[in-house]
Amino acid sequence: MTVVPRWPALLLLAAVAIGLALVPVFGETYAIKVATRMIVFAIFAMSLDLLLGYTGLVSFGHAAFFGLAAYTLQIYSPEYEAVNIALALPVVIGVTAFVGALIGALVVRTSGIYFIMVTLAFAQMMFYFFHDSQIAGGSDGAYIWVKPVLAVGETILIDFEDRATLLWFALGLMLAVYGLLIMLLRSPFGQVIQGIKVNEHRMRALGYDTYRYKLVSYVISAAVASLAGFVYACIDGYISPELLGWKESGIGLAMVILGGMGTLFGPIVGAVAFIGVEELARERELVGFLADHFQIIMGCFVIAVVLMLRNGLAGSLGGAPRAKPDPVETEVPGGEKP
Amino acid sequence: MDLTLLLIQLLNGVQYGLLLFLIASGLTIVFGIMGVINLAHGSFYMVGAYLAWSLTAWTGSIFWALLLGVPLAAMLGLLVERLFIVHLYNRDHLQQVLLTFGLILIFNEMQSIIWGDDPHSVPKPDFLQFSIPLTEVQSYPAYNLFLAAVCLVLAGVMYWVVQKTRLGMRIRAGSSNPEMIQALGINTKVLFATVFSIGTTMAALAGLLAAPERSVYPGIGEQVLIISFVVVVIGGIGSIKGAFVGAMMIGLMDSLGATILRAFDDVELMSGLSVDNLTSVTVYALMAAILLWRPAGLYGRAH
Amino acid sequence: MSTRKTYSRRGALGLMGAAAGVGTLAGFTPTKFAIGQQAKVRVGTLLPYSGTYARLGEAITNAMQMRFAQSKEMIGSREIELIKLDSEAAPPKATENTSKLINSEKVDFLVGPVHSGVAMAMAKIAREEGVMTIIPNAGADQITGPLCAPNIFRSSFSNWQPGYPMGRVLGAEGKKRVVLCYWNYGAGQQSAQGFKDGFAESGGEIIKEIGVPFPEVEFQSVLSEIASLKPDAVYTFFAGGGAVKFVKDWAAAGLKDSGIELTGSGFLTEGVTEAQGAAAEGLRTTLHYADTLDNDVNNVFRRNYKEMWGSEADVYAVQGYDAAEMIRVALEATDGDTGAKDDMIKAIENTVYDSPRGPFKLSAAHNPVQNFYLRKVVNGVNEVQSIAVEALSDPAKGCRLG
Repeated sequence: MTVVPRWPALLLLAAVAIGLALVPVFGETYAIKVATRMIVFAIFAMSLDLLLGYTGLVSFGHAAFFGLAAYTLQIYSPEYEAVNIALALPVVIGVTAFVGALIGALVVRTSGIYFIMVTLAFAQMMFYFFHDSQIAGGSDGAYIWVKPVLAVGETILIDFEDRATLLWFALGLMLAVYGLLIMLLRSPFGQVIQGIKVNEHRMRALGYDTYRYKLVSYVISAAVASLAGFVYACIDGYISPELLGWKESGIGLAMVILGGMGTLFGPIVGAVAFIGVEELARERELVGFLADHFQIIMGCFVIAVVLMLRNGLAGSLGGAPRAKPDPVETEVPGGEKP
Repeated sequence: MDLTLLLIQLLNGVQYGLLLFLIASGLTIVFGIMGVINLAHGSFYMVGAYLAWSLTAWTGSIFWALLLGVPLAAMLGLLVERLFIVHLYNRDHLQQVLLTFGLILIFNEMQSIIWGDDPHSVPKPDFLQFSIPLTEVQSYPAYNLFLAAVCLVLAGVMYWVVQKTRLGMRIRAGSSNPEMIQALGINTKVLFATVFSIGTTMAALAGLLAAPERSVYPGIGEQVLIISFVVVVIGGIGSIKGAFVGAMMIGLMDSLGATILRAFDDVELMSGLSVDNLTSVTVYALMAAILLWRPAGLYGRAH
Repeated sequence: MSTRKTYSRRGALGLMGAAAGVGTLAGFTPTKFAIGQQAKVRVGTLLPYSGTYARLGEAITNAMQMRFAQSKEMIGSREIELIKLDSEAAPPKATENTSKLINSEKVDFLVGPVHSGVAMAMAKIAREEGVMTIIPNAGADQITGPLCAPNIFRSSFSNWQPGYPMGRVLGAEGKKRVVLCYWNYGAGQQSAQGFKDGFAESGGEIIKEIGVPFPEVEFQSVLSEIASLKPDAVYTFFAGGGAVKFVKDWAAAGLKDSGIELTGSGFLTEGVTEAQGAAAEGLRTTLHYADTLDNDVNNVFRRNYKEMWGSEADVYAVQGYDAAEMIRVALEATDGDTGAKDDMIKAIENTVYDSPRGPFKLSAAHNPVQNFYLRKVVNGVNEVQSIAVEALSDPAKGCRLG
């Protein structure tokens, strides 16, 4: 099974990245924020794709990690001064990965529809944990007053108060995640989880402890999602329990499917396209009175994607690598334990 | 907490559980037989409730509304199956989740366009307007008891249909072994359409019946959606018996469990988090615990 | 006045183009807006035009349009232009929507929202950008408390406010044992706090606080618990569908005739008495307005509103009307110069005027100082019984303004 992106994919990815990188040069504040949000959800969608497209686990509660990361940053940030990214980022990743490991250890025992539902259950628990308590502002949400900076001693290298800086940082993060995930998927570990997606029984018969592989994949996915939540919290400095809700999780799934599951770069395209369509669906000049009911448009859009774009945009744009096994390639490379 | 309160809470829990069962039973048969996750199940409950409101206003009685609303809901279910759900057979769960997620968005906005966004109440039938005294302070609304009785009767009817009729036989065959019914030469196209229509009609029927007790307002569909999934998963997908047990557990959790947690509302677990903040969490914790104990629910078959 | 219902799609289109590498970079040219005397004053509304709260958003917008129309469409030599954006009552979308109005639409005034979570999100960005902002409903205490800001005003109430007077009323009537029952989220908790503060001096006791998870409406077990406690009275915070169901369930459970009085913040019976029917009869609530409030300004206001929109005005319309009045005052003071923010702020701060709700002015924290009325439902209408507390000001804990 190939995970090496083909040329059309790389070209498209480069075009998207360059387009997004240029937004601060030509666009005003709102465009920069929308572009940053696109990048955030691209990272989030990639983290989901690792589960959906490569490990065969359909998580319906992944927004919980996204939101948890945002809340961790909020709670960790001092009220009146900027937190140092060099400290905050490891803390956010660490806390999210730790919670991911706790939840993962339980949920990975189930499979199929039960996995979908039990991930939903844990996400709902975390949603109500923040919504019903006063730990971080409850239902009204909470502020990050001063945005994080990257400082060495007294020198500030990166300040997220500057929107362009945040966008470029996020873009760098997105490309790094993309590269690292490709390396991960090409590694022996990556080959095993893809083997599990194709046929878990066979992998077990071959002597792999599939539970452990799935768990590690789940934790990595949670950690990647935490990067998205970290950047999201820095865009406006406002976070609310709804970030952990099942609708956000559903939107994440929609982005992955829209872009093309199991392609890794597809979810990037999917996130950009989904947010783009959402922006257009609210334009009165374009859709008339439906702008007040733009969710109808989003609903039809999601349904159309499911019915018509079975391989997602990436699949339709030609030549994208698919996680779908060729008969020959289902064998685990090497056939031995890493 | 005294014994009287305990008993009344028991009654409350059973009554709420019965309603949940009616909603969840439709979901579980669609799940079990067709292998389709229908996130839009709550939307049919919502449609039922709004039909109860507009048809009662038109005909003057909830019973006429039931008589007209049930076939309307059945037709709507059939229409949705033919237009959308039919494409989902043999697709993976992910695509089912997404497509029906899209349906929720459409249903919600259609409700806003057709029926508006105001809350409405649906009049109870005259002969059920009274309440039965329980203590010197509290009495129990007759309609709630009527609702519970209807749910019980429907549960009985469902048991009879599943155990004793030809359709029931096919349903049982289908949920235990989908390939079997095809091998037996049963027309799955017709069977699936029937089952989906029945499943969604049950949700709409629950909405119709509950409307006089619960009122009608935007967002009611989603309120029951997640909780009915919890019920189905606890019981084991496809198991009607499981749905019944699951619904009772959730109903009792909601009444008794919450009362007990609230008794400890002065206990702080950490700054900003007291025990009674956990009422919503417990339902999901129960579901997670059961799935970890029995990964296919209480009465589900592991696959 | 013209209501342009559109907003620029340049940003979004340009973004998509650029993102796809097409390079339609022309789309990114900032929307230059000359602050000339001819240009219209841009008022952005971030209100729910869909979903549960759509009716509130509509009433607020209608009343604003009416107030602007009454000013002959010209205020301080400039016309007003409304730019409407659906808030969807969803906090995650709120920061983005606020940015859209401020950064992309370059509005001079921002009016919204209805939902407290959305208000929190909106206030964060409004503070950073310094845009003149008026909140026509959302009651989150923090916004005119620790988060108060020179450019943020409220034309409605703080969540604390409608609770406090009911506490005073029940305390004065000698109610000894009271149960609080509310949706356990920001607005409910703050409303309950208001009640507790008002009730505290009377020597009565809050024997139980029951927080119902928001937005659950399964009330049977809560009612049973209240019945077993047999308090003298219950103070509640529920609204919309939840208020309808709670009041009906209360009556159906026989508690209406049990000697336990059900009271609440005004939202328990606001706009929902028709759906509640006989169950609502006799309920007493406190709020800063009532449809039946008999004063000249209110009578004229209600007549005009009915004439213009064909429906009855409500408390939300009054809040929208007063939000528009603040904008009018600000523009008049500077002859339409929206650049003179300090002068506009001072003008609004100094406003003392007769609103349909009665005398209206702002506290140092920019929250209304207003009368709270004790109301009772009679024949499906909230009738004013008395002024429960006159010129009530929010404590505004933590606000450093003024």
